[in-house]
Amino acid sequence: MKFSIQINEGPYQHQASDTAYQFTKAALAAGHEIFRVFFYHDGVNNATRLAVPPQDDRNIGKLWQELGKENNLDMVVCIAAAQRRGMMDADEAKRQGLDTDNIAAAFRISGLGQLIEAGINSDRLVVFGA
Amino acid sequence: MAIKKFMYINRKAPYGTIYALESLEVVLIGAAFDQDVSLAFIGDGVYQLVKGQNTQAIGQKNFSPTYAALGDYDVNKIYVEKESLEERGLTLYDLQHLVWEDEDEDWAEKDSIRLVSRSELADVIDEQDVILSF
Repeated sequence: MKFSIQINEGPYQHQASDTAYQFTKAALAAGHEIFRVFFYHDGVNNATRLAVPPQDDRNIGKLWQELGKENNLDMVVCIAAAQRRGMMDADEAKRQGLDTDNIAAAFRISGLGQLIEAGINSDRLVVFGA
Repeated sequence: MAIKKFMYINRKAPYGTIYALESLEVVLIGAAFDQDVSLAFIGDGVYQLVKGQNTQAIGQKNFSPTYAALGDYDVNKIYVEKESLEERGLTLYDLQHLVWEDEDEDWAEKDSIRLVSRSELADVIDEQDVILSF
């Protein structure tokens, strides 16, 4: 089956991202396809490359980055939600005249149309959080 | 590709959290994709449609006028759960009068809001292909 995943909550504050990660990993292990992982609302904060959680805890952002790289996942951060929360990739930071960027390379920034397209192209869109 | 039935389920009050505003942003972008779109308002989500909102005292943007524009985006199936209104002491008359113009009937103005019971709404939800809940 072809799944898309929507994550609506930030890391640590809420379990949504952890659960979505476990679901995505399990779906891939069972041979399913992940069309896209879309980060919305505070979910965009999962894409930061600057999180430093305590060493005895999981690093949710890093787990996503590794899973994304290993499986060539299309991990999309909503640009509108990202901009209001100060999440920028290098291109966007430059365009906005900001002095730094904070989105990890495993993610890409794009519009909400990508979420709708994921709904159209997937057998199931599974929403985590909110 | 076949048209899918998309439903946006709105469950939260308009202010206090950003879910309502960012749900509306998805609806507006999604309208460009020519899918079969409907909205549902349940629980505290019914407050999103209350008329006469004034956000001056909380220093936030009042985005409620945007709901009146949904008809122009061909978003004209707006389900409001009757029990959710009643539980909050609201009636249909406390909500904005949302309308759309029917191209097939000489642009006749029609109501967008469909007041449905909890069990009727469950049947509508059951018919959907994609559900986005906020």
